[in-house]
Amino acid sequence: MTFHPKIDYRELHRSKRQMPFDDGKPFHYTPENRERIEAIARRYPENQTGRRSAILPALYLVQRQLGYVSLSAIQHVAGVIGCTSADVEDVVSFYTMFYTRPVGKFVVQVCRTLPCALRGAERVTEELMTALGIEPNGTDASGTFTLMEVECLGACDRAPLVMVNDSWHECLEPEGAKKLVDDLRARGEAALTGCHHEAPDRESKN
Amino acid sequence: MEPVLTQFVRHPHSYALDFYLKNEGYDGLRKALAMKPEQVIDLVKAAGLKGRGGAGFPTGMKWQFVVKDTPKAKYIVCNADESEPGTFKDHLLMERNPHLLFEGCLIACHAIGAKVAYIYIRGEFFHVQEIMERQLEEAYAKGYVGKNVLGLGFDCDIHIHRGAGAYEAGEETALLESLEGKRAQPRLKPPFPASAGLYGSPTAVNNVETLCNVPAIVRNGAEWYAALGPEKNGGPKLYCISGHVQKPGVYEASMKISLRELIFDVAGGVRDGRALKAVIPGGSSVPVLLPHQLDIEASFDGVAKAGSLLGSAGIIVLDDTTCMVWLAENLLRFYRHESCGKCTPCREGTQWLLNILEKIERGDGEMKDLALLENVAGLIAGKTLCAFGDAAATPALTTLKNFRAEYEAHIREGRCTVPAPWRRRHAAPVSAH
Repeated sequence: MTFHPKIDYRELHRSKRQMPFDDGKPFHYTPENRERIEAIARRYPENQTGRRSAILPALYLVQRQLGYVSLSAIQHVAGVIGCTSADVEDVVSFYTMFYTRPVGKFVVQVCRTLPCALRGAERVTEELMTALGIEPNGTDASGTFTLMEVECLGACDRAPLVMVNDSWHECLEPEGAKKLVDDLRARGEAALTGCHHEAPDRESKN
Repeated sequence: MEPVLTQFVRHPHSYALDFYLKNEGYDGLRKALAMKPEQVIDLVKAAGLKGRGGAGFPTGMKWQFVVKDTPKAKYIVCNADESEPGTFKDHLLMERNPHLLFEGCLIACHAIGAKVAYIYIRGEFFHVQEIMERQLEEAYAKGYVGKNVLGLGFDCDIHIHRGAGAYEAGEETALLESLEGKRAQPRLKPPFPASAGLYGSPTAVNNVETLCNVPAIVRNGAEWYAALGPEKNGGPKLYCISGHVQKPGVYEASMKISLRELIFDVAGGVRDGRALKAVIPGGSSVPVLLPHQLDIEASFDGVAKAGSLLGSAGIIVLDDTTCMVWLAENLLRFYRHESCGKCTPCREGTQWLLNILEKIERGDGEMKDLALLENVAGLIAGKTLCAFGDAAATPALTTLKNFRAEYEAHIREGRCTVPAPWRRRHAAPVSAH
């Protein structure tokens, strides 16, 4: 049912988009990752409340191993932590950095919030859409690129900022979008500028 | 003012332990450990250090409130979830000077009697986290963190915890929830974290920049620190300047500096020779200031007197190509997306504010929408558990108050009246919740 003539709540309801994705493959941590999560859990108090703190790190390990968080992975993490899978799903569905569907090899995330938008982020997204032939939240047919628009990444002085997987690319002008895509194809993440740790003399870039 | 926090950030090895040790590194900790915890708290109180995360609460008082007589463990939690749009100072400190933060955490732990500090860093700062983890490992290996720190019998662990993309995790109780492995949603207060925080234990949550101020206070004294700034706004301050300026960046200054000096002298003024339209002085959540309001002290008190807030000192500069309806819409899209969903006014209200702003911006607005906008914003502000509600209502209210004519022009002409070449060329996507 809908409460407002202009809004179809059936399409907007969270359950429509956030059901855990069942890829039909059982997930288990690799022995190294299983050990790693136990080491991480030791950072928190040795009781059930403390162990729950390891859910976020546990999900990052899943994502590093599988690329996204599947239904089976949620159940596995619940078993490892010792909570219900509803507890884990609750967390997965809240945070934007956990992918609940398979994503491309390069997840290109354009910061769209005000400071980046003031310096052309909307145009960057448009140029990336053209260069990649996909809409935001889409993945190309070859599974190489996923494009996303995300909220403030916290580098407003180097706007427009783009994050590709876990790395940053600073000051991407709209005109440079096509080149970045080509460079990513050719050289992978080495094509990215990184953040100013690698480029201490960043004033000259603005 | 000589930089205190960013003195070495341009040095290529500023992040390394041996570089830090050569420049008075961990001297503050050594001195603090020779003092009683209460003396450290008194010193920080005397220095007048105010929290740099946004609220500007006195740090010494926060530490003093932490319940002392308890069998429970106590915790320092460092809020490194820097996510207020326009703010990027903690990133610089952590990346270029991680040991300064570790030292601040250790002194804070000593002051409140904690044995563990957690640094909650936002998930998008993974490259920073890698640097910090390497440096933390080295600090452990060389005896600056861990058991028997500096051979002085002080035990203290520091752990880095990675967030996963939630603006709301910057609110202190939501951060604690997130650290406990739950959704980042705020808690009802009281009880305050000082009595029941992380795992129900007494906890102090401090911003990165705040903790980074502490070693210098211990080393050089409260008087030195207080004298760096105007009355009640002591110490150095990091300003993040972004938007339409010539030289965006993080700049350290005394809070004696004026907003006009920061924008026109320090950051080189408005880019491309354009005229200044407005300034958001403290991150996206605070009211805008107009060009004639900039001759004020860029301090917590100075900006508050002008009717806005210094907040996290994220100064966003807007030139005359900026459409204020578009600006409000852009920010409401942010707040709609980041609302944690716990309180109804905010969860539902942000969607409605966005709907109305989108309607006006695309040219379908009606005059009665302006009253509706004010009404909905007023129904969010002050009616939620945390300050997010007020923050979300602010962009709509402040633009409507200062640029009402622009809203009316949009409605009258049925289109955006301030188009800019840096905005999208194709139709905006229709918002889906």
